[in-house]
Amino acid sequence: MSAPTTTEARAHGRRRKRGSDRARSEARLGWWLAGPAFGLMLLVTLYPILQATYDSLFSLRLTAPDEREFVGIENYAVILTDWAFWRSMLVTLFITVVTVAIELVLGFALAMIMHRAITRLRGIIRTAILVPYGIITVVSAFAFFYAFDINTGYINSWFNWVPGIDESFNWFAQQWPSLFVIILSEVWKTTPFISLLLLAGLAQVPGELEEAAKVDGAKGWQVLRKVTLPNMKAAIMVAVLFRALEAFRIFDNVFIMTGGANNTEVLSLLAYNTSIGRLEIGMGSAISVLLFLSVLVISFIAIKGFRVDLSGTRGEN
Amino acid sequence: MASITLDNVVKTYPDGFTAVRGVDLDIADGEFVILVGPSGCGKSTLLRMIVGLEDITEGELRIGDEVVNDKAPRDRNLAMVFQNYALYPHLTVYENIAFPLRLNKGEFTDTEIDERVRNASALLELDEHLERKPANLSGGQRQRVAMGRAIVRNAQAFLFDEPLSNLDAKLRGQMRTEIARLQRNLGTTTVYVTHDQTEAMTLGDRVAVLRRGELQQVASPRGLYEQPTNLFVAGFIGSPPMNFLPAKVEGDSLRLPTFEVPMDDRLKRAVGDRDVLIVGVRPDAFEDTDIMQETKEGLTFEVEVDVTEWLGEVLYAYVPFEASSEVNKQLEELDRDLDGESMRPQLVVALDATSQVRAGDVAELWLSPDSLYVFDPETGENLTRDEATAEKLEEEARDQRARALERAKQRREKARTQEGSAA
Amino acid sequence: MGMSTRGKVGWLIATLLVLVWSLFPVFSILMTSFKTQDGLFSGTLLPPEWTFENYAEILAPGGSAQDLFLPALRNSIGISLISTFIAVVLATFCAYAIARLDFRGKKLILTSALAVSVFPVVSIVTPLFNLWRSVGLYDTWAGLIIPYLSLTLPISIWTLSAFFRQIPWELEQAAQVDGATPFVAFRKAVVPLAAPGVFTSAIIAFFIAWNDFVYGISLTSTTAARPVPAALSFFTGASQFEEPTGAISAAAIVVTVPVVVVVLIFQRRIVSGLTQGAVKG
Repeated sequence: MSAPTTTEARAHGRRRKRGSDRARSEARLGWWLAGPAFGLMLLVTLYPILQATYDSLFSLRLTAPDEREFVGIENYAVILTDWAFWRSMLVTLFITVVTVAIELVLGFALAMIMHRAITRLRGIIRTAILVPYGIITVVSAFAFFYAFDINTGYINSWFNWVPGIDESFNWFAQQWPSLFVIILSEVWKTTPFISLLLLAGLAQVPGELEEAAKVDGAKGWQVLRKVTLPNMKAAIMVAVLFRALEAFRIFDNVFIMTGGANNTEVLSLLAYNTSIGRLEIGMGSAISVLLFLSVLVISFIAIKGFRVDLSGTRGEN
Repeated sequence: MASITLDNVVKTYPDGFTAVRGVDLDIADGEFVILVGPSGCGKSTLLRMIVGLEDITEGELRIGDEVVNDKAPRDRNLAMVFQNYALYPHLTVYENIAFPLRLNKGEFTDTEIDERVRNASALLELDEHLERKPANLSGGQRQRVAMGRAIVRNAQAFLFDEPLSNLDAKLRGQMRTEIARLQRNLGTTTVYVTHDQTEAMTLGDRVAVLRRGELQQVASPRGLYEQPTNLFVAGFIGSPPMNFLPAKVEGDSLRLPTFEVPMDDRLKRAVGDRDVLIVGVRPDAFEDTDIMQETKEGLTFEVEVDVTEWLGEVLYAYVPFEASSEVNKQLEELDRDLDGESMRPQLVVALDATSQVRAGDVAELWLSPDSLYVFDPETGENLTRDEATAEKLEEEARDQRARALERAKQRREKARTQEGSAA
Repeated sequence: MGMSTRGKVGWLIATLLVLVWSLFPVFSILMTSFKTQDGLFSGTLLPPEWTFENYAEILAPGGSAQDLFLPALRNSIGISLISTFIAVVLATFCAYAIARLDFRGKKLILTSALAVSVFPVVSIVTPLFNLWRSVGLYDTWAGLIIPYLSLTLPISIWTLSAFFRQIPWELEQAAQVDGATPFVAFRKAVVPLAAPGVFTSAIIAFFIAWNDFVYGISLTSTTAARPVPAALSFFTGASQFEEPTGAISAAAIVVTVPVVVVVLIFQRRIVSGLTQGAVKG
């Protein structure tokens, strides 16, 4: 970490005489190097969202492109008064909350196992949990879908001793069982990421603190609750925020497993079905904008309300 | 408060490395014992076994009369100050000190906790920092908070793991005396690990010197300095360290690289029938004949001085010598054990600061043969060690210690009665 | 820590549980890929009869899904590689500037990268769908490579900045003091230290591009540009009465095996890349 410190120290010294030729040419070089990546990144995201905002003010169907008409916020009014939208919102929020809660517990358990394991086991475990991370979400969706499917699955015959499950139980014919499998697949695929973040957080709690707590008389769970967890709060909050925003965008699993049937349509899928499926660009754009605004609101609540310190995630301080 | 007894304690790690090889040590109730040695000697491992953070592979550890080998750290009722203090960064100073007291719900009431924390903070002069977080404290303040957490719960013993190594030299001196005062006042059994021999010599009632997981000698600081049992202890204790010179017996005298010593009865007894030996001599045993007040009985000889360092209160002169000899291997190994870097051999001489000897001079030095130590080149054993004198030194140290503890006890009682009458 | 037998057994069980949890779904779909048409309905995990016919369907000439799968594989590899390459090259310059130079806006760049990485993909797809159709980028490689940059660029900038901050840049100056020209100093002192970070960022960015489904299914309509995840959902059985289950499973295994191999080889680097970007290193 000595490099950043010296860079920063130098930066401080230089800031006082900002405007010197050297500083100016350095800033120019900085933007020459960083500019293309930055500009392109904004271009491929900022432009579409602005375009979507503009489109959302029109009534526009690609089936009848000539009937384009400015309607103001009418699209939003239609959406916000439609139960289908709010149902999608609730389903999405439900999936997000449940997924993140399960992943947090499971991911923490995994992180603890990796943290405590001897080196050789740690390598094996780490490799194993990276497999779900690397696998295509669609593949994960198919894997779970086929395992649970009434025709091709084996879960029904494995678990036919559980009340309510037998060979004729169709998981994907009802809302709750469908959501169960969707969440299972989502949890399987993304728990590794959260557990690695938590592991990095765990590694930052000095071992000496936990030892000191033990000597001070703390029991195992007291060490965890009173010393370990409070000291990795920042890592936990960051992991939760990242995963929550990602889970809120859920699309692949739902598309493959139910296609949104039986009240499992999430917001992303609703937007897709509206604009790409039914070619109602104006309406679809409005849903896209609302989805984007939801993400903003969640981020804002997390950062202001829970004081998630993102600078800690950036290798700063 | 309690005694701590180590009975043939062994630590072998799963990879087969044995860090501690059968250590026997009796630490009396109220005693301040230092574990000292170069890095990797097993001193920290030993401490961590006492506190319960490392399992004991073999042997027995007793606190008081109770065998605690299989007890968890929390059941041993010991307090430890860690090298990096291990303060809980999310808690205030007050809550850090109160931490051990809050763990068993219902054991202490809030008023009891408050009283104890405030007592500790008053003792350590932390009153004005109680609401601050550790990150905002200076090194010395953190150190005191760590001690506060240790003393607040009336533990059976205090354990210190190199607690001063992260402080700068000046603060280290202050905190050293602070720790000594605190321990004398509280009279709590204390085990203190350090690699710094100044800390070892100034703090300890007794000092245990370790080398590669084996106990070399346990004695009072003076006992270690004057009557070391072997080459390693002699070389480890003392700064600058003892000079070791290869010696050959030639008739009735010992031939050293820079001078020759006629053997008196003491030396003859020590040498026995060996013809190669290692002779040790402390740097301060030498004197510059030019400024000696009176002529004393002893040897005088001339040496060529290579470098001198004048430090105000003392003048160090360095005298290189040729070391082609049979004992070189032994000396090099010793050097490695002492964390040294094998450099060319030289004699370090500490002279009075008024001496005019300077680099390049030929100086005449005086030395008493009584100040020479003779070591067996094979075993490293100190052949000139006098058991009777050593025992007497230990007795004196015990007496001094008993007196100090008695005084501390009286002071405590006096304080208590005053408090009582005030209330 | 000394380890008792009980402790060892406990660790073994924990490791085993993690292995089963992580690998079971892969194993499950692998088994499905070996099932015959009749075996699909056996209700068992293991195929009652083993067959390679599903792999023949997607790989062998004349296989029913071959003309769907092979072009998709080519599209996926090509589009992911190109968008990863562009992103990593641009991000390397960007991260170098962030780690090494003093200029206003560093924080802005990093915050934007963070914001873009949590951006809902579906919000971008609708306007692009409309625009691509009018400018002729719909159903082309370029039409996917451009939006893929919104996935690969932020993570590359993020990860590389974290990596580059840890490089002891004094080495470059030391090499120059030792008599190397600036270029030689950069090549001999900095490149060897930076290369692992660039490589790791490339792996992570590639994984993300490779995983995409939303763009793939929205911005393509034929095998001209449709990548594997999207193509999987278009598989049909060899005949009207056959399920595409076997073929989809076989295709899933074909695109999963390389990922598993990469993970096996580079797990340590991937982990450090993923965590360094997210938690201060």
